[in-house]
Formats: sequence, C-alpha cells, structure tokens
Amino acid sequence: MPSISRTVRIGSAHGLHARPAKMFAQAAKEAGIPITVAKDSGAPVNAASILGVIALGVEQGDYVTLTADGDGAEAALDTLAELLTTDHDAA
Amino acid sequence: MAELRGVGIGLGVARGPVARMAEPLPPPSDAPSTLSADEESARVKDAVAAVARELEQRGAQAGGAAQDVLEAQAMMAEDPSLADEVATRLAQGKTGEFAVFDAFASFRDQLTALGGYLGERAADLDDVAQRVIARLRGEPAPGVPDPGHPFVLVAKDLAPADTALLDLDKVLALITTEGGPTSHTAILAREKSIVAIVGAADAASLREGETVIVDAAAGVVTTEPTPDELERAQHRAEDRASASSAPITDGALADGTPVPLLANLGKPEAAADAVALGAEGVGLFRTEFLFLSSAQAPTVEQQRESYTQLLSAFPGKKVVVRVLDAGADKPLAFLNDAHEENPALGLRGIRALRASEDILREQLTALAEADAATRRMPGGAADLWVMAPMVATVEEAVYFTDLARDYGIKTAGVMVEVPSSALLADRILSYTDFASIGTNDLTQYTMAADRLLGSVASLQDPWHPAVLRLIREVGDAGRINRKPVGICGEAAADPLLAVVLVGLGATSLSMAPTALADVRATLLQHTLDDARVIAEAALAANDAASARTAAQAAATR
Repeated sequence: MPSISRTVRIGSAHGLHARPAKMFAQAAKEAGIPITVAKDSGAPVNAASILGVIALGVEQGDYVTLTADGDGAEAALDTLAELLTTDHDAA
Repeated sequence: MAELRGVGIGLGVARGPVARMAEPLPPPSDAPSTLSADEESARVKDAVAAVARELEQRGAQAGGAAQDVLEAQAMMAEDPSLADEVATRLAQGKTGEFAVFDAFASFRDQLTALGGYLGERAADLDDVAQRVIARLRGEPAPGVPDPGHPFVLVAKDLAPADTALLDLDKVLALITTEGGPTSHTAILAREKSIVAIVGAADAASLREGETVIVDAAAGVVTTEPTPDELERAQHRAEDRASASSAPITDGALADGTPVPLLANLGKPEAAADAVALGAEGVGLFRTEFLFLSSAQAPTVEQQRESYTQLLSAFPGKKVVVRVLDAGADKPLAFLNDAHEENPALGLRGIRALRASEDILREQLTALAEADAATRRMPGGAADLWVMAPMVATVEEAVYFTDLARDYGIKTAGVMVEVPSSALLADRILSYTDFASIGTNDLTQYTMAADRLLGSVASLQDPWHPAVLRLIREVGDAGRINRKPVGICGEAAADPLLAVVLVGLGATSLSMAPTALADVRATLLQHTLDDARVIAEAALAANDAASARTAAQAAATR
C-alpha cells in the first residue's frame, strides 16, 4: 500500500507545544500505524513522539505535512488533520 | 532591608522564612558501563515506566491544567524518539544514567535554540530527565522541601510535577530565579492564587531560613525587613482577605462617585458566577467563543439564542458585547486564512469584519433580535451596548457606528486598542456613543511588544506612562463629549491601577469577576480628587516600575 500525505495549517494559538502536542502525539500513537510529521520541507519525525513534535517548533499558521502508511491511513490522517486545524487553547 | 525584583503574579503579599528547592542532581559521568547493553536497556525501561506512571498519578490527583502538563511529561518519559536515542548510546557502551541524560539533552538543546515559549518548555524536559536518572540511581527525586513549618519556596523554576502538588497550607509564596510570565510556575500560581514572583535572578542569594516579604503586586522581594515593614505586609494580607469577604456593594469612590464594576465574559453560562461576585453588568462579552473551532460562522439563530441567554442574565444591567475579534492570537479560518508575517498588524478585528461584511451584518442582526426578544423581561431588559474591536481610524468608527444603528442597535461604540484611535478619541467619540479601552492590546501596540512573546514581557506593562498618557487622551475626550469611557483589560483588575484609570477619566471598569472584590475595596479608599492626584504622580514617571511606585506613594500619603 502506498503511503499518503496531507498538508495542513496549524490552528492552535500556542502552535504544537505542550497540550496540543500531547493530544496530537497521543492520537498518532493510538492510530497504530507509522505516521510522520514534517514542518514545511524539513525532515519528517515520528508523529507519536511528543519530543520530536515539540522540537519541530511548530507555531500557529505554520504548515506541516503528515504522512501515513498502512491500513486506516486515510482515517488516521483525517483525525490528525482536524486536531491540527483546531485551536485547543481558545476555550 | 534590600529589594530583589522579578515579575509578580497576582496581587498578593506574604511573609515567611525561605526554604530552598533541592538543587538538581549533578550530571552523570561518561564512564563505560559495566553491564551489557541489554541489561542497561532493561533498567532504563523500568525507570521510565515507573516515572511515567508516577507523573500520571500526580496528574490525576491534581486535575485541571496541571493534569495536561503532567500527562505530557509522562509521554516524554516513554517517548519513542527518546528510546531510539537512548538505545544508540547504550549500544556504544554508555551507562543508562548517561544515555538518558545525553539523549534528553539533545532535545533540550533543540528547544532552547527555538527560544521563547519553547525555551521555557525545556524545564519540563529537564524535570523528566532528573526523575528518570534519580530512579536509576535509587535516589529520591529532587523536589519540594518539607522544613516542617510554613515557608516561602525559592527555586530555580518549579517543574509542573512539583507545582501541581504544592501543599498550599505550607507554601506561603513562591519565588523563582528563572522562568518568565508564561512559565508553568506562573500559570499554575495564577490558577491556584499562590503569591508568586518569577524571574527574580537575585533570589539565588537568599539564605535558607531567612525571613522575606514577597509582594507580588509590586514584583518585589524584601529581604531583612524591618518590624514595621513586616507589620504592614501582614496588614495588607489581612485587608486583602477581608476585602474578599466584605459585603458586595456597587463600585464607588470614597466620595460616592459611582464607578460601575463590570465583568469580562466569554460564555453566557459564566453570567451567574459574575453576578454572585458583584458584577454590575458585563463590560466585555467576547463573541469569539461561538465561532472558534468552526469552519463556518454560526447561524443567526444560534447566535440569537446565545445572546438572549446572556441578556436574560442581566435584567436592568448594562451588557457590552464586542463583535467578532478575529486575527493574530485568535484566528478564525473563515475570516482571515492568509499567512501574515505580522498577524497582530494584519487583517484583524474590524478590518477582517469589513472584508467579510456579511458576517458582521449577521452578528448585528442576531444581537438586535436578542435585544428585542428580552425587552419585556421581568426586572427590565438588559441595556445592550455593542462595540467594534481594533478600530484604528475615525473612518472605521463611523463605518461601524452607522452600520450598527442601521440594525437598530441603540448604543454603538468602539474599542480603543491602537494608539491612533486613542490620539483621535475626541473625534471618534463625537460619532460613537462610547469607547472602551482594551489595555492589553493598547500596551502591545504602544510599546511595540508582542503580548504573546516572553522575551519582551517586561515591556508589556500597562503602568507604562506612555500607555497612561494615551488613556488620559481618551478620558479627556470622553469628558469633552460627555460620553462614557470604559476599561476592559487586565489593567482594570490591578486595584491601584484601577484608581489611576479612574483618575485619568475612565467611567467604568471591567475585569475578570475574581478581581472585583479587591478593586471594589481599593476604590472605596480614595476620592475622585485623590484618584486624579495619584494618576498625575504615575504620569510624571519615566517608566512602568517608577509609575507604580509613585502611585503607591501618592496613594498612601
């Protein structure tokens, strides 16, 4: 099965830092398939790694590319893309 | 006596003996391991799992914002990227302690290089590393001391795991030598109302057991205090405690001049709590909550329902609703999706609404309908005022006021958050019914200091005389035009600054409901003439810190 990719814009006011990064990495881990995330054209990191995700330094308005491979890749990317475009710090 | 300065969190004051946080463990040496890589790997695995479980357990116990932080830390401990980095080092014959230390350090350096908010997250990482290494060595994790009596805790920076479980009966106040106003220490101190001063670098010299006064309102730690100073600090702490339990009266100065005290709200459901705390109405209702996280604007019907609920909670009271304030720190995809280099200077507030005028028209429709629906309420209808955010020109003020009146909005005004509109407030107020000063943004734009950026946080101070001078412009314009000038922003929640604002011409103050009691009590201590004298003293200063000091001196004279 070929891997699929999607590019999304970060909605969270605090970018991908503490809380949003945790939610994102947790969701990526729960997907159970290899998923990577890359900022702009940078090197992809394991999306299930909260350290890797935080160290990308993703800010609000940045674009990131998600890539997934395996069964359910499409659905996993849907979930993750929605997480990334939502502002979790706004409430 | 001597004074140490830092950034105060909250308005409290406390006194007590210093107890220091245990210093972090020395870094492990890079000696070759006597165990096999597999044995070391098993040790590390056990240690990270134990630390992760402990952090999760502390999180569940703490709840709230702390739980998120602690769960994030637990995930860091068991992070797959970290496991890879550790494995690489173990394969080279390193000890588990050194492998963990070195692997965490590599991530730490990346975060520190990014700076700002992310740099401050490096402290969270360090804490996890320390806990894992302590566990591998069979030593207790570094943490909060327990001298057996109440104490003022002095630390480099508190880890979330420590802050979350602080025994509030024991910890009188917190002082950190590192960390800024966005550090977890600051966030959690605010949430738990702990008297705290962060970023007081000189506090490293405080001796164990010495008595200090921690004055968060002034951002000052007093060492070797005189008996007189100790007594005054005690009085202030007691005044503050009794102010919060004093009977609720309408906001007024000592001479009876009314200063309505209003609430800043973001949800209609929060109205009941605000009323219980004595809010005489709503000075700022943020409508963004209805729109955030949605790809499209909510319908007129959905909005009408929310606004009706809000207005119903304040019969006979003033309710100031701000139309959508999108952009910069509050992005709404359907209003402005363009990537902007400087979003705070971009298409936001009224600018974004003009570009999507149908959304503004729908919001005004919903507000007018809610107003009509609540008009025959028992106790009288709420008095609906509507205002536009981020107005920078007279022309924008005229545009919004005219449009709002077209929809039958009786009282239409603008927010003054940009120096240009403060300087032309006399002309703006000749068209609009009122002005409301948003002090956070006004400070940001006056000082050219991004309000979300820790590195320029010291400039983000509404006490700055440049900001006060602009507020005076608006106050004077209000007097000349006989129009009300409200304040809605953090500044109104600072009791002494509230007095200054009234002295500068503010006619009402709006704040987070929890700040109402302190402000109410302080206003009652000064007449309008006093307030003007105190304001003059602050205006005459050269910087924010001396403005605050001058106002304090004038207020106690």
